[in-house]
Amino acid sequence: MMESTWQTLAAWFGPAWPTIWVLLKIVLLLIPLMLSVAYLTFAERKVIGYMQVRIGPNRVGPKGWLQPIADALKLLFKEVIFPTQANKALYVIGPIMALTPALLAWVAIPYGEGMWIANMNAGVLFLLAVTSLEVYGIIIAGWASNSKYPFLGAMRASAQMVSYEVAMGFALICVLLIAGSLNFQDIVHSQAQGRFADMGLGFLSWNWLPLLPLAVVYFVSGVAETNRAPFDVVEGESEIVAGHMVEYSGMAFALFFLAEYANMILVSFLTSIFFFGGWLSPVGFLPDGLHWLVLKAAVFLFLFLWFRATFPRFRYDQIMRLGWKVFVPITLIWLFVVTVWMLSPLSIWR
Amino acid sequence: MEFQTVVFYLFGAIAVAAALGVILVRNPVHAALFLVLAFFSSAAIWLLLEAEFLAIALVLVYVGAVMVLFLFVVMMLDINIDRLREGFWSSLPLGLLVAAVLVVEMVLVLTGDFFRQWPAPAPLPADASNTADIGRVLYTVYAYPFEIAALVLLVAMVAAVSLTLRKRKDARYLDPAEQVKVKAADRLRVISMPAEKE
Repeated sequence: MMESTWQTLAAWFGPAWPTIWVLLKIVLLLIPLMLSVAYLTFAERKVIGYMQVRIGPNRVGPKGWLQPIADALKLLFKEVIFPTQANKALYVIGPIMALTPALLAWVAIPYGEGMWIANMNAGVLFLLAVTSLEVYGIIIAGWASNSKYPFLGAMRASAQMVSYEVAMGFALICVLLIAGSLNFQDIVHSQAQGRFADMGLGFLSWNWLPLLPLAVVYFVSGVAETNRAPFDVVEGESEIVAGHMVEYSGMAFALFFLAEYANMILVSFLTSIFFFGGWLSPVGFLPDGLHWLVLKAAVFLFLFLWFRATFPRFRYDQIMRLGWKVFVPITLIWLFVVTVWMLSPLSIWR
Repeated sequence: MEFQTVVFYLFGAIAVAAALGVILVRNPVHAALFLVLAFFSSAAIWLLLEAEFLAIALVLVYVGAVMVLFLFVVMMLDINIDRLREGFWSSLPLGLLVAAVLVVEMVLVLTGDFFRQWPAPAPLPADASNTADIGRVLYTVYAYPFEIAALVLLVAMVAAVSLTLRKRKDARYLDPAEQVKVKAADRLRVISMPAEKE
Protein backbone atom coordinates (compact mmCIF):
# COMPACT_ATOMS: atom_id res chain seq x y z
CA MET A 1 0.00 0.00 0.00
CA MET A 2 2.79 2.45 1.10
CA GLU A 3 4.99 1.19 -1.72
CA SER A 4 2.33 1.75 -4.42
CA THR A 5 1.49 5.27 -3.17
CA TRP A 6 5.19 6.10 -3.26
CA GLN A 7 5.42 4.78 -6.83
CA THR A 8 2.40 6.78 -8.01
CA LEU A 9 3.68 9.99 -6.43
CA ALA A 10 7.16 9.44 -7.87
CA ALA A 11 5.70 8.99 -11.34
CA TRP A 12 3.47 12.03 -10.88
CA PHE A 13 6.19 14.50 -9.91
CA GLY A 14 8.91 13.11 -12.18
CA PRO A 15 12.46 14.43 -11.67
CA ALA A 16 11.34 16.87 -8.94
CA TRP A 17 10.29 13.92 -6.75
CA PRO A 18 13.57 13.36 -4.79
CA THR A 19 13.57 16.99 -3.63
CA ILE A 20 9.88 16.90 -2.75
CA TRP A 21 10.35 13.58 -0.94
CA VAL A 22 13.17 15.04 1.20
CA LEU A 23 11.10 18.13 1.99
CA LEU A 24 8.17 15.90 2.92
CA LYS A 25 10.37 13.89 5.25
CA ILE A 26 11.58 17.11 6.89
CA VAL A 27 7.98 18.21 7.45
CA LEU A 28 7.13 14.75 8.79
CA LEU A 29 9.97 15.17 11.27
CA LEU A 30 9.45 18.80 12.24
CA ILE A 31 5.74 18.65 13.06
CA PRO A 32 6.04 15.91 15.70
CA LEU A 33 9.23 17.55 17.00
CA MET A 34 7.59 20.93 17.48
CA LEU A 35 4.56 19.29 19.11
CA SER A 36 6.88 17.38 21.45
CA VAL A 37 8.65 20.61 22.34
CA ALA A 38 5.32 22.28 23.11
CA TYR A 39 4.10 19.43 25.26
CA LEU A 40 7.49 18.99 26.90
CA THR A 41 7.08 22.47 28.38
CA PHE A 42 3.65 21.40 29.63
CA ALA A 43 5.02 18.13 31.01
CA GLU A 44 7.80 20.04 32.73
CA ARG A 45 5.38 22.34 34.53
CA LYS A 46 3.09 19.46 35.48
CA VAL A 47 5.85 17.09 36.62
CA ILE A 48 7.68 19.70 38.67
CA GLY A 49 4.31 20.83 40.00
CA TYR A 50 3.47 17.38 41.33
CA MET A 51 6.98 16.96 42.71
CA GLN A 52 6.48 20.17 44.67
CA VAL A 53 2.96 19.13 45.76
CA ARG A 54 1.24 21.61 43.45
CA ILE A 55 -1.15 20.93 40.58
CA GLY A 56 0.57 22.87 37.81
CA PRO A 57 -1.25 24.57 34.92
CA ASN A 58 -4.88 23.37 34.75
CA ARG A 59 -6.93 26.35 33.49
CA VAL A 60 -6.54 26.46 29.69
CA GLY A 61 -8.52 23.70 27.98
CA PRO A 62 -9.46 20.39 29.57
CA LYS A 63 -7.07 19.73 32.49
CA GLY A 64 -4.75 22.43 31.11
CA TRP A 65 -3.94 20.54 27.92
CA LEU A 66 -4.19 23.66 25.73
CA GLN A 67 -1.66 25.58 27.86
CA PRO A 68 1.30 25.22 25.42
CA ILE A 69 -0.90 26.40 22.52
CA ALA A 70 -1.91 29.45 24.53
CA ASP A 71 1.73 30.14 25.42
CA ALA A 72 2.78 29.90 21.78
CA LEU A 73 -0.02 32.26 20.65
CA LYS A 74 0.88 34.75 23.36
CA LEU A 75 4.56 34.78 22.34
CA LEU A 76 3.61 35.13 18.66
CA PHE A 77 1.59 38.26 19.28
CA LYS A 78 4.10 39.99 21.55
CA GLU A 79 6.29 42.74 20.18
CA VAL A 80 9.98 42.02 19.61
CA ILE A 81 11.78 44.85 21.35
CA PHE A 82 15.20 46.05 20.22
CA PRO A 83 17.40 47.75 22.81
CA THR A 84 18.53 51.15 21.48
CA GLN A 85 22.25 50.40 21.60
CA ALA A 86 21.86 46.82 20.36
CA ASN A 87 23.56 45.60 17.23
CA LYS A 88 20.38 45.11 15.13
CA ALA A 89 21.56 42.52 12.59
CA LEU A 90 23.35 40.30 15.10
CA TYR A 91 20.49 40.72 17.57
CA VAL A 92 18.20 39.04 15.02
CA ILE A 93 20.77 36.45 13.92
CA GLY A 94 21.34 35.28 17.53
CA PRO A 95 18.07 33.37 18.08
CA ILE A 96 18.18 32.04 14.50
CA MET A 97 21.67 30.66 15.10
CA ALA A 98 20.39 29.04 18.28
CA LEU A 99 17.49 27.23 16.62
CA THR A 100 19.12 26.22 13.30
CA PRO A 101 21.67 23.70 14.69
CA ALA A 102 19.07 22.38 17.14
CA LEU A 103 16.85 21.40 14.18
CA LEU A 104 19.65 20.54 11.74
CA ALA A 105 21.06 17.86 14.06
CA TRP A 106 17.85 15.83 13.65
CA VAL A 107 18.76 15.11 10.02
CA ALA A 108 21.39 12.57 11.07
CA ILE A 109 19.34 10.63 13.63
CA PRO A 110 17.95 7.22 12.57
CA TYR A 111 14.46 6.40 13.85
CA GLY A 112 14.31 2.74 13.00
CA GLU A 113 15.59 0.08 10.64
CA GLY A 114 16.08 2.07 7.41
CA MET A 115 14.17 5.12 8.72
CA TRP A 116 16.25 8.25 8.26
CA ILE A 117 16.46 11.57 6.44
CA ALA A 118 20.17 11.27 5.71
CA ASN A 119 22.20 8.12 6.34
CA MET A 120 25.75 9.42 6.55
CA ASN A 121 28.91 7.38 6.94
CA ALA A 122 30.28 10.10 9.19
CA GLY A 123 26.92 10.63 10.93
CA VAL A 124 28.30 10.94 14.46
CA LEU A 125 30.93 13.41 13.32
CA PHE A 126 28.27 15.47 11.53
CA LEU A 127 26.21 15.51 14.71
CA LEU A 128 29.17 16.65 16.82
CA ALA A 129 29.95 19.39 14.29
CA VAL A 130 26.37 20.66 14.22
CA THR A 131 25.91 20.58 17.99
CA SER A 132 29.19 22.46 18.41
CA LEU A 133 27.56 25.36 16.53
CA GLU A 134 24.83 25.72 19.14
CA VAL A 135 26.97 27.95 21.30
CA TYR A 136 27.07 30.67 18.62
CA GLY A 137 23.42 31.59 19.08
CA ILE A 138 24.02 32.30 22.75
CA ILE A 139 27.31 34.17 22.26
CA ILE A 140 25.96 36.34 19.45
CA ALA A 141 22.73 37.09 21.34
CA GLY A 142 24.65 37.94 24.50
CA TRP A 143 27.05 40.26 22.74
CA ALA A 144 24.54 41.94 20.40
CA SER A 145 22.20 42.85 23.28
CA ASN A 146 24.90 45.30 24.46
CA SER A 147 23.95 44.82 28.07
CA LYS A 148 25.77 43.49 31.13
CA TYR A 149 23.76 40.43 32.16
CA PRO A 150 23.42 38.96 28.65
CA PHE A 151 27.14 39.43 28.14
CA LEU A 152 27.97 37.60 31.37
CA GLY A 153 25.58 34.84 30.32
CA ALA A 154 27.29 34.55 26.92
CA MET A 155 30.73 34.30 28.53
CA ARG A 156 29.57 31.59 30.91
CA ALA A 157 27.85 29.74 28.08
CA SER A 158 30.85 29.68 25.78
CA ALA A 159 33.18 28.39 28.51
CA GLN A 160 30.71 25.79 29.79
CA MET A 161 29.51 24.43 26.46
CA VAL A 162 33.00 24.11 24.99
CA SER A 163 34.20 22.28 28.13
CA TYR A 164 31.39 19.76 28.18
CA GLU A 165 31.65 19.12 24.45
CA VAL A 166 35.09 17.65 25.18
CA ALA A 167 33.68 15.20 27.74
CA MET A 168 30.80 14.28 25.41
CA GLY A 169 33.14 13.65 22.48
CA PHE A 170 35.49 11.51 24.58
CA ALA A 171 32.57 9.50 25.97
CA LEU A 172 31.60 8.63 22.39
CA ILE A 173 35.05 7.36 21.40
CA CYS A 174 34.45 4.00 23.13
CA VAL A 175 31.04 3.66 21.46
CA LEU A 176 32.70 4.23 18.10
CA LEU A 177 35.46 1.73 18.93
CA ILE A 178 32.88 -0.94 19.72
CA ALA A 179 30.78 -0.22 16.62
CA GLY A 180 33.86 0.28 14.44
CA SER A 181 31.94 2.93 12.53
CA LEU A 182 30.71 6.52 12.63
CA ASN A 183 27.39 5.46 11.15
CA PHE A 184 24.35 5.52 13.46
CA GLN A 185 22.84 2.37 11.89
CA ASP A 186 26.05 0.42 12.56
CA ILE A 187 26.19 1.72 16.14
CA VAL A 188 22.71 0.36 16.83
CA HIS A 189 23.42 -2.91 15.01
CA SER A 190 26.59 -3.43 17.08
CA GLN A 191 24.39 -3.45 20.18
CA ALA A 192 22.07 -6.11 18.77
CA GLN A 193 24.65 -8.90 19.00
CA GLY A 194 26.33 -10.67 21.87
CA ARG A 195 25.75 -13.53 24.28
CA PHE A 196 22.77 -11.93 26.00
CA ALA A 197 21.14 -10.88 22.74
CA ASP A 198 21.28 -14.51 21.61
CA MET A 199 19.58 -15.53 24.86
CA GLY A 200 16.76 -13.07 24.12
CA LEU A 201 17.87 -10.59 26.80
CA GLY A 202 18.83 -7.80 24.40
CA PHE A 203 18.92 -5.07 27.03
CA LEU A 204 22.01 -6.66 28.63
CA SER A 205 23.88 -6.48 25.31
CA TRP A 206 23.45 -2.75 24.91
CA ASN A 207 26.39 -0.44 25.43
CA TRP A 208 25.21 0.86 28.79
CA LEU A 209 26.44 -2.21 30.68
CA PRO A 210 30.10 -2.36 29.55
CA LEU A 211 30.25 1.44 29.20
CA LEU A 212 28.25 2.38 32.30
CA PRO A 213 30.53 5.24 33.47
CA LEU A 214 30.52 6.70 29.96
CA ALA A 215 26.74 6.50 29.68
CA VAL A 216 26.47 8.51 32.89
CA VAL A 217 29.14 11.00 31.77
CA TYR A 218 27.43 11.39 28.39
CA PHE A 219 23.99 12.06 29.76
CA VAL A 220 25.14 14.42 32.53
CA SER A 221 27.34 16.30 30.03
CA GLY A 222 24.27 16.47 27.81
CA VAL A 223 22.37 18.15 30.62
CA ALA A 224 25.25 20.62 31.00
CA GLU A 225 25.47 21.13 27.24
CA THR A 226 21.80 22.11 27.01
CA ASN A 227 22.28 24.50 29.95
CA ARG A 228 19.59 22.82 32.00
CA ALA A 229 19.36 22.73 35.78
CA PRO A 230 21.54 22.03 37.78
CA PHE A 231 24.01 23.43 35.20
CA ASP A 232 21.92 26.49 34.28
CA VAL A 233 24.32 29.21 35.42
CA VAL A 234 24.11 30.53 31.86
CA GLU A 235 20.65 31.87 32.68
CA GLY A 236 20.91 31.74 36.48
CA GLU A 237 17.84 33.70 37.55
CA SER A 238 19.20 34.66 40.94
CA GLU A 239 22.37 36.25 39.54
CA ILE A 240 21.95 37.36 35.94
CA VAL A 241 18.14 37.32 35.48
CA ALA A 242 17.96 35.21 32.28
CA GLY A 243 21.48 35.44 30.85
CA HIS A 244 21.59 35.92 27.10
CA MET A 245 17.78 36.12 26.89
CA VAL A 246 17.30 39.16 29.16
CA GLU A 247 16.67 41.65 26.36
CA TYR A 248 14.66 39.34 24.12
CA SER A 249 10.88 39.30 23.95
CA GLY A 250 8.11 37.73 21.90
CA MET A 251 9.02 35.30 19.15
CA ALA A 252 12.77 36.00 19.35
CA PHE A 253 12.66 34.78 22.95
CA ALA A 254 10.49 31.83 21.90
CA LEU A 255 13.16 30.68 19.44
CA PHE A 256 15.69 30.28 22.28
CA PHE A 257 13.08 28.36 24.18
CA LEU A 258 12.35 26.08 21.23
CA ALA A 259 16.07 25.48 20.72
CA GLU A 260 16.63 24.56 24.37
CA TYR A 261 13.78 22.04 24.44
CA ALA A 262 14.62 20.61 21.01
CA ASN A 263 18.16 20.07 22.31
CA MET A 264 16.85 18.30 25.41
CA ILE A 265 14.89 15.90 23.22
CA LEU A 266 17.94 15.47 20.98
CA VAL A 267 20.23 14.55 23.90
CA SER A 268 17.62 12.05 25.14
CA PHE A 269 17.41 10.42 21.70
CA LEU A 270 21.19 10.30 21.37
CA THR A 271 21.70 8.72 24.79
CA SER A 272 19.11 6.09 23.82
CA ILE A 273 20.86 5.40 20.52
CA PHE A 274 24.47 5.36 21.74
CA PHE A 275 24.03 3.49 25.01
CA PHE A 276 20.54 1.98 25.16
CA GLY A 277 20.14 0.22 21.84
CA GLY A 278 18.10 2.81 19.93
CA TRP A 279 15.02 1.18 18.44
CA LEU A 280 16.00 -2.34 19.60
CA SER A 281 13.55 -4.16 21.79
CA PRO A 282 14.87 -5.00 25.28
CA VAL A 283 13.66 -8.60 25.14
CA GLY A 284 13.71 -11.11 22.30
CA PHE A 285 9.98 -11.89 22.12
CA LEU A 286 8.88 -8.29 21.42
CA PRO A 287 9.48 -6.72 17.98
CA ASP A 288 11.90 -3.79 17.50
CA GLY A 289 10.52 -0.46 16.42
CA LEU A 290 10.34 3.30 16.65
CA HIS A 291 8.16 3.10 19.77
CA TRP A 292 11.10 1.71 21.79
CA LEU A 293 13.27 4.66 20.81
CA VAL A 294 10.55 7.13 21.77
CA LEU A 295 9.93 5.32 25.05
CA LYS A 296 13.62 5.35 25.99
CA ALA A 297 13.93 9.01 25.07
CA ALA A 298 10.85 9.79 27.19
CA VAL A 299 12.54 8.20 30.22
CA PHE A 300 15.57 10.45 29.77
CA LEU A 301 13.39 13.50 29.26
CA PHE A 302 11.71 12.68 32.56
CA LEU A 303 15.19 12.54 34.12
CA PHE A 304 15.84 16.08 32.81
CA LEU A 305 12.72 17.32 34.60
CA TRP A 306 13.48 15.27 37.72
CA PHE A 307 16.99 16.78 37.90
CA ARG A 308 15.54 20.25 37.71
CA ALA A 309 13.14 19.61 40.56
CA THR A 310 15.78 17.90 42.71
CA PHE A 311 19.23 19.45 42.51
CA PRO A 312 20.32 22.94 43.57
CA ARG A 313 22.34 24.89 41.00
CA PHE A 314 26.06 24.18 40.78
CA ARG A 315 28.50 26.97 41.45
CA TYR A 316 30.44 28.01 38.35
CA ASP A 317 33.83 26.71 39.49
CA GLN A 318 32.20 23.42 40.52
CA ILE A 319 30.81 23.04 36.98
CA MET A 320 34.25 23.57 35.48
CA ARG A 321 35.86 21.16 37.94
CA LEU A 322 33.28 18.45 37.25
CA GLY A 323 33.81 18.79 33.50
CA TRP A 324 37.59 18.91 33.32
CA LYS A 325 38.81 17.14 36.44
CA VAL A 326 36.19 14.41 36.83
CA PHE A 327 34.49 13.63 33.52
CA VAL A 328 37.45 13.93 31.14
CA PRO A 329 39.73 11.68 33.28
CA ILE A 330 36.92 9.12 33.66
CA THR A 331 36.44 8.94 29.90
CA LEU A 332 40.21 8.65 29.29
CA ILE A 333 40.60 5.83 31.84
CA TRP A 334 37.60 3.97 30.45
CA LEU A 335 38.97 4.38 26.93
CA PHE A 336 42.13 2.61 28.12
CA VAL A 337 40.10 -0.11 29.87
CA VAL A 338 37.95 -0.76 26.80
CA THR A 339 40.86 -0.88 24.35
CA VAL A 340 42.73 -3.39 26.53
CA TRP A 341 39.49 -5.35 26.98
CA MET A 342 38.89 -5.45 23.23
CA LEU A 343 42.39 -6.77 22.51
CA SER A 344 42.35 -9.33 25.33
CA PRO A 345 40.96 -12.87 24.91
CA LEU A 346 38.09 -11.87 27.25
CA SER A 347 36.67 -9.48 24.62
CA ILE A 348 32.90 -9.66 24.34
CA TRP A 349 32.76 -7.79 21.03
CA ARG A 350 33.95 -10.44 18.59
CA MET B 1 26.00 25.00 -16.25
CA GLU B 2 25.77 22.02 -13.95
CA PHE B 3 24.04 22.33 -10.62
CA GLN B 4 27.28 21.53 -8.77
CA THR B 5 29.06 24.36 -10.56
CA VAL B 6 26.33 26.78 -9.48
CA VAL B 7 26.70 25.60 -5.87
CA PHE B 8 30.48 25.94 -6.11
CA TYR B 9 30.31 29.52 -7.36
CA LEU B 10 27.73 30.39 -4.73
CA PHE B 11 29.85 29.16 -1.84
CA GLY B 12 33.03 30.47 -3.47
CA ALA B 13 31.51 33.95 -3.70
CA ILE B 14 30.35 33.79 -0.09
CA ALA B 15 33.79 32.64 1.06
CA VAL B 16 35.59 35.43 -0.81
CA ALA B 17 33.12 38.07 0.40
CA ALA B 18 33.44 36.84 3.98
CA ALA B 19 37.25 36.83 3.75
CA LEU B 20 37.15 40.42 2.53
CA GLY B 21 34.81 41.21 5.39
CA VAL B 22 37.35 39.84 7.88
CA ILE B 23 39.96 42.40 6.90
CA LEU B 24 37.67 45.30 5.98
CA VAL B 25 35.14 45.65 8.81
CA ARG B 26 36.10 47.80 11.76
CA ASN B 27 34.43 45.90 14.56
CA PRO B 28 36.66 42.97 15.60
CA VAL B 29 33.66 40.86 16.68
CA HIS B 30 32.13 41.27 13.21
CA ALA B 31 35.49 40.33 11.70
CA ALA B 32 35.62 37.13 13.78
CA LEU B 33 32.06 36.25 12.74
CA PHE B 34 32.98 36.82 9.08
CA LEU B 35 35.87 34.42 9.59
CA VAL B 36 33.36 31.84 10.87
CA LEU B 37 31.34 32.35 7.68
CA ALA B 38 34.49 31.95 5.56
CA PHE B 39 35.35 28.66 7.30
CA PHE B 40 31.81 27.46 6.84
CA SER B 41 31.70 28.16 3.09
CA SER B 42 35.11 26.52 2.65
CA ALA B 43 33.71 23.44 4.39
CA ALA B 44 30.81 23.47 1.92
CA ILE B 45 33.26 23.60 -1.00
CA TRP B 46 35.18 20.65 0.46
CA LEU B 47 31.89 18.75 0.63
CA LEU B 48 31.54 19.31 -3.12
CA LEU B 49 34.99 17.70 -3.51
CA GLU B 50 33.62 14.59 -1.75
CA ALA B 51 35.90 15.25 1.24
CA GLU B 52 33.13 14.87 3.83
CA PHE B 53 35.43 13.96 6.70
CA LEU B 54 37.66 17.00 6.24
CA ALA B 55 34.69 19.31 5.73
CA ILE B 56 33.00 18.15 8.93
CA ALA B 57 36.29 18.24 10.84
CA LEU B 58 36.83 21.83 9.67
CA VAL B 59 33.45 22.85 11.07
CA LEU B 60 33.95 20.84 14.26
CA VAL B 61 37.46 22.07 15.05
CA TYR B 62 37.67 25.58 13.66
CA VAL B 63 34.09 26.80 13.80
CA GLY B 64 32.98 24.82 16.84
CA ALA B 65 36.01 25.20 19.07
CA VAL B 66 38.75 27.58 17.89
CA MET B 67 36.50 30.43 16.78
CA VAL B 68 34.34 30.20 19.90
CA LEU B 69 37.39 30.81 22.09
CA PHE B 70 38.56 33.48 19.66
CA LEU B 71 35.23 35.29 19.95
CA PHE B 72 35.39 34.84 23.71
CA VAL B 73 38.66 36.79 23.81
CA VAL B 74 37.78 39.36 21.14
CA MET B 75 34.53 40.28 22.90
CA MET B 76 36.35 41.07 26.11
CA LEU B 77 38.99 43.28 24.48
CA ASP B 78 38.48 46.99 24.73
CA ILE B 79 39.70 48.03 21.31
CA ASN B 80 40.44 51.65 20.60
CA ILE B 81 40.47 52.18 16.82
CA ASP B 82 42.42 55.47 17.05
CA ARG B 83 45.25 53.84 18.92
CA LEU B 84 45.32 50.94 16.47
CA ARG B 85 45.79 53.39 13.59
CA GLU B 86 48.58 55.37 15.26
CA GLY B 87 51.58 53.68 13.66
CA PHE B 88 49.92 53.06 10.28
CA TRP B 89 52.20 55.18 8.05
CA SER B 90 55.44 54.35 9.83
CA SER B 91 54.90 50.59 9.59
CA LEU B 92 53.46 50.71 6.06
CA PRO B 93 56.80 50.06 4.21
CA LEU B 94 57.52 46.98 6.33
CA GLY B 95 53.95 45.75 5.82
CA LEU B 96 54.22 46.23 2.05
CA LEU B 97 57.51 44.32 2.01
CA VAL B 98 55.97 41.37 3.89
CA ALA B 99 52.93 41.47 1.57
CA ALA B 100 55.19 41.44 -1.51
CA VAL B 101 57.13 38.43 -0.20
CA LEU B 102 53.85 36.63 0.51
CA VAL B 103 52.55 37.36 -3.00
CA VAL B 104 55.76 36.06 -4.60
CA GLU B 105 55.58 32.90 -2.49
CA MET B 106 51.94 32.35 -3.40
CA VAL B 107 52.69 32.82 -7.11
CA LEU B 108 55.58 30.34 -6.90
CA VAL B 109 53.43 27.75 -5.18
CA LEU B 110 50.26 28.19 -7.24
CA THR B 111 52.00 28.20 -10.63
CA GLY B 112 54.26 25.35 -9.58
CA ASP B 113 53.99 21.70 -10.45
CA PHE B 114 51.71 20.74 -7.56
CA PHE B 115 48.85 22.99 -8.59
CA ARG B 116 48.83 22.27 -12.30
CA GLN B 117 45.54 21.19 -13.82
CA TRP B 118 45.02 17.64 -12.66
CA PRO B 119 42.43 15.62 -14.52
CA ALA B 120 39.22 15.44 -12.49
CA PRO B 121 39.13 12.21 -10.44
CA ALA B 122 36.35 9.77 -11.12
CA PRO B 123 33.45 10.26 -8.69
CA LEU B 124 33.54 7.79 -5.81
CA PRO B 125 30.84 5.12 -5.51
CA ALA B 126 28.02 6.15 -3.19
CA ASP B 127 29.00 3.69 -0.44
CA ALA B 128 32.71 4.66 -0.31
CA SER B 129 33.73 5.64 3.20
CA ASN B 130 35.89 8.72 3.18
CA THR B 131 36.59 8.44 6.90
CA ALA B 132 37.90 4.89 6.71
CA ASP B 133 40.17 5.79 3.76
CA ILE B 134 41.70 8.74 5.59
CA GLY B 135 42.18 6.66 8.72
CA ARG B 136 43.91 3.90 6.79
CA VAL B 137 46.37 6.28 5.14
CA LEU B 138 46.93 8.32 8.29
CA TYR B 139 47.87 5.36 10.47
CA THR B 140 49.99 3.49 7.90
CA VAL B 141 51.77 5.68 5.33
CA TYR B 142 51.76 8.89 7.38
CA ALA B 143 51.98 7.36 10.86
CA TYR B 144 55.21 9.16 11.84
CA PRO B 145 54.30 12.66 10.57
CA PHE B 146 50.91 12.22 12.26
CA GLU B 147 52.45 11.27 15.62
CA ILE B 148 55.02 14.05 15.39
CA ALA B 149 52.29 16.60 14.69
CA ALA B 150 50.39 15.29 17.71
CA LEU B 151 53.50 15.64 19.86
CA VAL B 152 54.13 19.20 18.69
CA LEU B 153 50.55 20.06 19.61
CA LEU B 154 50.98 18.45 23.02
CA VAL B 155 54.15 20.46 23.66
CA ALA B 156 52.35 23.64 22.64
CA MET B 157 49.50 22.80 25.00
CA VAL B 158 51.77 22.10 27.95
CA ALA B 159 53.72 25.28 27.18
CA ALA B 160 50.53 27.36 27.13
CA VAL B 161 49.45 25.92 30.46
CA SER B 162 52.84 26.46 32.07
CA LEU B 163 52.99 30.04 30.76
CA THR B 164 49.71 30.97 32.39
CA LEU B 165 50.18 28.91 35.55
CA ARG B 166 50.77 31.29 38.43
CA LYS B 167 51.21 30.79 42.10
CA ARG B 168 50.08 33.38 44.58
CA LYS B 169 53.08 34.98 46.18
CA ASP B 170 51.28 36.43 49.18
CA ALA B 171 49.88 33.10 50.35
CA ARG B 172 51.96 30.85 52.60
CA TYR B 173 52.38 27.26 51.58
CA LEU B 174 54.08 24.34 53.25
CA ASP B 175 56.67 22.74 51.00
CA PRO B 176 56.60 18.97 51.66
CA ALA B 177 60.08 18.54 50.14
CA GLU B 178 61.54 20.97 52.65
CA GLN B 179 59.61 19.28 55.43
CA VAL B 180 60.95 15.86 54.58
CA LYS B 181 64.54 17.05 54.26
CA VAL B 182 64.59 18.68 57.67
CA LYS B 183 67.03 17.24 60.20
CA ALA B 184 66.82 17.21 63.95
CA ALA B 185 69.78 19.54 64.05
CA ASP B 186 67.87 22.21 62.09
CA ARG B 187 65.06 22.24 64.60
CA LEU B 188 66.71 21.77 67.94
CA ARG B 189 70.06 22.93 69.22
CA VAL B 190 71.31 21.50 72.46
CA ILE B 191 73.49 23.96 74.18
CA SER B 192 75.67 22.69 76.90
CA MET B 193 75.84 25.28 79.61
CA PRO B 194 78.06 25.17 82.57
CA ALA B 195 76.16 25.07 85.82
CA GLU B 196 75.76 28.46 87.35
CA LYS B 197 77.14 28.87 90.75
CA GLU B 198 76.46 31.58 93.20
